This record gives sequence, C-alpha cells and structure tokens, in this order.
Amino acid sequence: MTDDIKAVVKDVILRDFLPGEDPSELTDTTPLITGGVLDSIATLKLVMFIEERYGISLQAHEVDPEHLDTIAQIAQLIRSKKA
Amino acid sequence: MARSGALHEPFVRAAREYPEHTAVVEPGEGSVTYRELAGLSDRVRDRLHASGVRSGDRVGIYMRKSIDAVAAIHGILRAGAAYVPVDSGAPPKRNAYILNNCGVKLAVVERRFADRLRAEMEALGALPDFLFVDDVGGGLALGKALDTAGAAAVTSDALVAPQDLAYILYTSGSTGKPKGVMLSHENGASFVDWCSEVFAPRSDDRFSSHAPFHFDLSILDVHVALKHGATLVLIDEDIGKDPVRLAPLIAEQKITCWYSAPSILSLLAQFGNLGAHDYSALRLMLFAGEVFPIKHLRALTTLLPGPRYFNLYGPTETNVCTFYEVLPPIPPERSVPVPIGKVCSHLEGKVLDADGSEVPRGREGELCIAGRGVMQGYWSLLEQTSRAFHNDASGRRWYKTGDIVVEADDGNYTYLGRRDRMVKRRGYRVELGEIETGLYRHAAIKEAAVIAVPDEEAGVKIKAFLSCREVKRPSLIELKRFCSEQLPLYMIPDQFVWCEALPKTSTDKVDYQRLKEMA
Repeated sequence: MTDDIKAVVKDVILRDFLPGEDPSELTDTTPLITGGVLDSIATLKLVMFIEERYGISLQAHEVDPEHLDTIAQIAQLIRSKKA
Repeated sequence: MARSGALHEPFVRAAREYPEHTAVVEPGEGSVTYRELAGLSDRVRDRLHASGVRSGDRVGIYMRKSIDAVAAIHGILRAGAAYVPVDSGAPPKRNAYILNNCGVKLAVVERRFADRLRAEMEALGALPDFLFVDDVGGGLALGKALDTAGAAAVTSDALVAPQDLAYILYTSGSTGKPKGVMLSHENGASFVDWCSEVFAPRSDDRFSSHAPFHFDLSILDVHVALKHGATLVLIDEDIGKDPVRLAPLIAEQKITCWYSAPSILSLLAQFGNLGAHDYSALRLMLFAGEVFPIKHLRALTTLLPGPRYFNLYGPTETNVCTFYEVLPPIPPERSVPVPIGKVCSHLEGKVLDADGSEVPRGREGELCIAGRGVMQGYWSLLEQTSRAFHNDASGRRWYKTGDIVVEADDGNYTYLGRRDRMVKRRGYRVELGEIETGLYRHAAIKEAAVIAVPDEEAGVKIKAFLSCREVKRPSLIELKRFCSEQLPLYMIPDQFVWCEALPKTSTDKVDYQRLKEMA
C-alpha cells in the first residue's frame, strides 16, 4: 500500500508544483520543503489534498519539514494515520 | 503632534506605569510583564555596555521571534546602539553579509546558527562579539545567556539624539546584495506617535506581532503596543503562514489589533474557516506591504464585519506614509484595489514627473515623501542614497518611492505600479535583479532573466528565463534547491523556463518586453 501512496503523492507533486519536471528526478528522498520545492502555500495545498484523498486529518504539529519533507516521510505519515 | 523622543522611551515609561500588565505573550512558551521585560532589557543594556558597545554602534539580532528578541531590541536601543534584525530563516551566508556590511560590534545569536554564522563571518574577515542564546523562547533563554556571560555593572540608558540611528532594516537590492535602510530614533518615534494619534491604542489592547522583526511592519507591533501598556502577542512564523492554525489562535488570543501583509489575510479568508471562531475582540485590521486583491478583501470584510479596516502604504525608507480606511461593504462590481489614501500627518507628499516637476491632480507620477519619518540613507551606499532623493529648490530632501500613483479628486492616492524592477511578494520587497544574480551563481547557467507576472491568487508570480552552458540542463528540483541556498524562500521563482538563448534587443541587452510577451 505504501508504494501506491508514494505514487499518488509523487504524481500530485509533479503535476501541481513541478510541471515539466522529469519524473525520475523526484525520488522518495528528495527534500521538498527544505529544498525549496514546496513553499508554505504549496505545503498547505498538498496537506489539503492528502486529507481529502485519504480521509485523514493531520495535526498542526505534523505540518512541518520534520514530517513532510520527503515523499517517504509523507507516505509513512499517511500510513500511520490510516492504520 | 509633540516632537518625538527616543524610540525606546515610551516603553520605559509604560513599564513604570503598568508594571504588572502583560507586555509580551509567546503562545506555548509563556509571557512577561512590563516589569520583567524592562528588567531583562536592563540586563541586555548593561551587558552591551560591559562588552564595549557605545552610542552609534550596531548590534545584530539573529534569532527567531521570541520574548528574548523583544528584550534584545529594547536593550540595544537603551544602550544607545542601533539594532539590526536579520531573517533567521534566510541562508546564514546572506545574514553574515548583512552583519558584516554594517559592521556590527556584537550580535545576539541563537545557538543553532552559531557554527554556520561564525564560519561565514570568518570567511569575510569579520569577527564581532557574540552573545549566543540556547533554546530561544519565553525570555528565560536570554536571561540564562546573560547569567553565563557574567556580571555586568548596572548602567543607565544612553542619551540619544533624534538623528541617532535606532535600527537598520535590510531589503532586497537590485545589484544582488541586500541594502541597509538606516532609520533614526526620530524616524521610528514619529511614526509610532502617528499611530497613537490615528489608532488610539489602549492599555487593554492585544496587538498581533505577525511580521518578522527584520520587516518594517514590526515597528508598529513592537513599539506601538509597548508604548501604551498593551499586550503584544507573538505569532510563530510557521503558524503565521498557516491559515488553518492561525485562525483559531487569533480568536483564542483575543487579538484586538491585527497587522500583517494582505497575503495571509487572503489565505485566512479562503482557508481559515473564520465563521467557526469568535472574533468579537478584533477592533482594527491593518494591512500593508502589497496590493490586497479586491476579491479576497471583499470576502474578508464580509466574513468579519466587526473591525475597522485600514490599508497602510509605505516603503521601508519612510515606513507607513499614506493610509486609507476601507469602509465595507465593498460593492461586488468593484474590480480595482482600494486606494492607498492620504499622506500621514507627520509627513508630506507630492507627485513628480520624470523631470522632477510636480504634476497636477489626476495625472500620474512618482510619489515622493518628505518629513520626519524619512530614512537617513542606505548604509555605506552614498551614491544609491543620493539617487533615492529629489532635492527641491529649497534644498529639502524628498524620498522618491519608485511607486507610480495618481491623486483622485477626493485627495486619495491610488497605486498604479512601479517605475523599476521591484515587486512585492508576501509583503516583502523583491528586486528581480537580486534573483538574477543568485541564479548566475549556478555553474550551469549561462543567462538568467527574471520577470514578474500578475497572478490573481498570489498577487505576482516570479518567472525565470534561463539558458544553459551544458547540454544537460539542471532539473527543476536542483534549481529550486540551489535557489533555497542563495535566496530567502519568498524570492525563489515559481517557474523556470529554458531557452536556447534569451531574446535580445538591438543593443544586445535582454529583451524584457519580449519575455513578458512570452510569459
């Protein structure tokens, strides 16, 4: 299931925040927030997408680079919430 | 209006009058009374004096917004020095440049930045004294750092003259390096007194502190609130960008006077679920720093009809110089932004054409400002300083804002655009040239040209056009990562467009007009 989540998150990041990027450049460990890919508004939009898509609710303290900086971390967080 | 004195004096007076009032709240970390804050800033002053800081020196502040930082600001002013706050989220290299540029004698620095900053400062050949502070928050950390620094003799507040520097705020510079806007005690205090006159603050007010301290909006928050015995509520910078967490905080903290750039207010109107909270305490909504898209302002005033709304306008060089009260409801057919209004009472304004002649009402021209709020100049940039001013026949200096305005029949100015390449983003000034200089540092980039395009949601979007030295172009992710090491986050372009070569004019300069057509 984690792989599916990763693919979905990757697709939405490429589509909404990295249009035109070569998909192979975006890996599970690419830094997203600390690497300047997601600014605060982009992060907010991504969180709203995740909450809606997976029917989960992220806590305020989870919306930070410690929990959302890579696709791997995002997938891990979603999985732990759905469990 | 009475002549203004030292910028810190009203706080010292308020601390005597309201010793047990809460001066600053740092949600999640604690709060301090006026007595406690004055005591902590006493100790900062004494420590600075013991370290050899004297009137006219500059002292850096490199820490996140906190009670500690507020105490540092007042301690530095009371020591007779000017404070130089830097963006704790910006790359250490940029901050080292700033602290070295104005030659700080000492810097109060959060410990987590210590190693990077020291290395960057050493590379520049500068080594000021440092006061390192561990685990900033709540004011306790600064107290501990002062304990560790050792005993310092009790001194008294330095006597300052109105022209003495109070603070230096660095803004984006077109040549690729930030430039320091020098503001005196008179500059700051005359603005604070104007705020007292117009907004009539009370000792039971609760002011937001949303803008970071290196941003000129913070002057109103920190110095107006603490002049009147009111409470300043510090908004954490991450929460300040997140409408979902910010909306309940404003209600819980019973903020009465809100002040920020419009961008977060747009987000609050869209995503803040404002109907779910109680904002009955809010009496003033002040915004400044960029144009407020009218559709979001309409939504906000509809969702929150209680407070009075003011559009404040002004560059860092003058702080707020015009203001306009928005009177809802905003008609649905209105599509243009609200005016920037009339000139504040401590300043004078006029509109000049390109030749420096005053234009009649109704004709567009550049807004120029004179008076007690106008900066002294840019730190160690004599030529840029002289270019920034228009000297009239009587020798009076008028700061040329670079903003093109038109005066309506009712005397209100309307902002039309810029005469140069500066844009506003989330309230911050961004010189497109500084972004280009940053991009040119990338080894693979041969040419870089940056333009701003209007955007309904974000106000403007920044678009970079690039050509490459190598066959394999850097990826978008690589470009963004590189920019995040060179530039503050709000300066990173939204879009990158690769070209074989950038379009040129007949004189072989980058053809920006053509780029705008391509955008």
